[in-house]
Amino acid sequence: MFSYILRRVLQMIPTLAGVILLIFFLFKWFGGDPADIMVGLSATKSQIASIRTQLGLDRPVLEQLWIFVQQIFTFNWGKSWATNEAISDIFATRLPVTLTVMIPILILEVVLSIVAGMAVAYVRGSLADRTVMLISTVALSISFLVYIVVGQYVFAFLLGWFPVQGWSDSLWKNLTTYAPLPVFLAVLVSLAPGTRLYRSFFLDELGHDYVRTARAKGVSENAILFKHVLRNAMIPILTNVATQLPGVFIGSFLIEAFFSMPGLGREVLTAVNRSDYPVIQAVTVYLAALTMVINLVTDVLYKFVDPRVVLK
Amino acid sequence: MSLDVLHDLPQSPGVWASAWKRLRNNRVGMVSLAITLVFIAMVVLAQLGLLAKDWQKEVGTAFAPPHFVGRIVDGSQTAVVEGAQGPAVDISDIDPLAPRYQEWAERAAQFKTAAAEKSETLPLGGDQLGRDVLSKVIKGAQVSITVGLLAALFATIIGTVLGAIGGYFGGKVGDFLEWVYNVFTSIPYILLMFSVAAVLKSGPLAKVFTSGVWTVIIILSVVGWTGIYRLVRAEYIKHRTREYVRAAEAIGASHASRMFTHILPNISHVVLVQLSLHVVSFIKAEVILSFLGLGVPLDMVSWGTMLTEAQAELVQGKWWQLLAATAFMATFVTAFALLTDALRDALDPKLR
Repeated sequence: MFSYILRRVLQMIPTLAGVILLIFFLFKWFGGDPADIMVGLSATKSQIASIRTQLGLDRPVLEQLWIFVQQIFTFNWGKSWATNEAISDIFATRLPVTLTVMIPILILEVVLSIVAGMAVAYVRGSLADRTVMLISTVALSISFLVYIVVGQYVFAFLLGWFPVQGWSDSLWKNLTTYAPLPVFLAVLVSLAPGTRLYRSFFLDELGHDYVRTARAKGVSENAILFKHVLRNAMIPILTNVATQLPGVFIGSFLIEAFFSMPGLGREVLTAVNRSDYPVIQAVTVYLAALTMVINLVTDVLYKFVDPRVVLK
Repeated sequence: MSLDVLHDLPQSPGVWASAWKRLRNNRVGMVSLAITLVFIAMVVLAQLGLLAKDWQKEVGTAFAPPHFVGRIVDGSQTAVVEGAQGPAVDISDIDPLAPRYQEWAERAAQFKTAAAEKSETLPLGGDQLGRDVLSKVIKGAQVSITVGLLAALFATIIGTVLGAIGGYFGGKVGDFLEWVYNVFTSIPYILLMFSVAAVLKSGPLAKVFTSGVWTVIIILSVVGWTGIYRLVRAEYIKHRTREYVRAAEAIGASHASRMFTHILPNISHVVLVQLSLHVVSFIKAEVILSFLGLGVPLDMVSWGTMLTEAQAELVQGKWWQLLAATAFMATFVTAFALLTDALRDALDPKLR
């Protein structure tokens, strides 16, 4: 187990190096000149020159790459080009907001989709099953944007059940007042694809021989579903949750933009619109690293969920 | 002599002929194919300028409701300005401009002004400027579907070529491409899109791709090739040692010829299904990118920009643009997704 983890961590190094190279050269070669972006059109030559020295742009490319690597590992990215806010501060203040919304979304989404997927898989082929499948196909074809626009209009503006948008400093108030509507809408939208996906996982398992054997020896349907099938379907479920996890940290930039939440997703979006490169680079590199770690943890978890899995 | 014998043998239908036969038996598949073809025809006609050419013309009053709703008569939507109270004061003797009114009136009379006929209702309603929503939604279909198709095409080409090289040659080249794949997939999809968007927005390439449509296409295809690469690579690994490829090698076919004229047709069904799956997801992505201001510019119209406008309109109770864009998009996307399912069933050799 230990040697497996060690080997996987070592394998991450070339990938992470690739990410760093990709991001560095993407912005270096295809991005605009940072000095131009920072000072605007009315800059004097000396201003531009001083910014170039500050950012190390007058040094050779390899040295700039080295500065970039140092920034990544010391968490010292300097300040945002647009607001002069320290980038570490941006992470520290925006990430909690994103997590406040995204964690409830993830938990509700997974639990509800598993329950719905199981129910639909159990009555497979029936009218109810086909209706759910049809609804989810149609529901999937409508843009997420439409659900948010209409949901915000109907539930917040017309019915007034929730505030239209906003955010406060108190976690409790955020969770009880501002988060419910975005959480509800996001869960509602993801329910259809989620149900479809989990249904296919359960259907795969329900076709196995052990289910027939369990039925033959008289195990109740509930016990089959919850003790046998759910346990065996854990691996695809885990994989699916793991692919969603990095998204929890980025946040749904659409939700954050619509409900004006000061989260990380909206921050990255404004950074793109303001050409605030350091913010985008920092978020991208760290999230990529986080994704790799999550993938490793998932692979290790497979072993605990299913002892038959051999890690090699 | 021997040729005649060959002709007399019963011909076995080709892959595509038998796939078409299976697709024809699939009723859902045929209906979605018909709907898709209608949309494609609409796109082509709009592209040629035969349809919805005047989408920018302000043919109706602002927010003209759809025909089936009828004219809004209560007028509650417009604020009424109260008339001035008290007697009107004659200020012509102190008005410094008074002597010139006559002259201006004469000069104005030299120009013909025609009051534009503005209809009070439009087939699917009008937007804020009184533009016809029906024309807009057709023009929007043209832009959105073109973006989706082209981006999917480019992503498929990138993914197929890289997957072919990686799977066929393997070894060092394959390892290198696997590394590139790992790098691309370890960065969350949306962040990679944002990074490319940021670079295209302010970098030197911004001057090359001035039309925003190309920006979206590039963003989507640069980010979206990875899944196709993976599948195509797996297929090439499976096929490269098969007898027919060895036979091609024996008769002296080059690597490129073996890769693209021998193997590629045999895996084209995988590529085709991937292509159409990506069309659907890219059309949906275009909508979101346009809303975020990273996609189609505002002087063009796509389903995404229509939904963006609709957000502000809905609060004023003008729901028709939202409904039209959503309905058109949902119809096309559903039809295309069902068609893809039908295609997969028809082309998948395992189901035979």
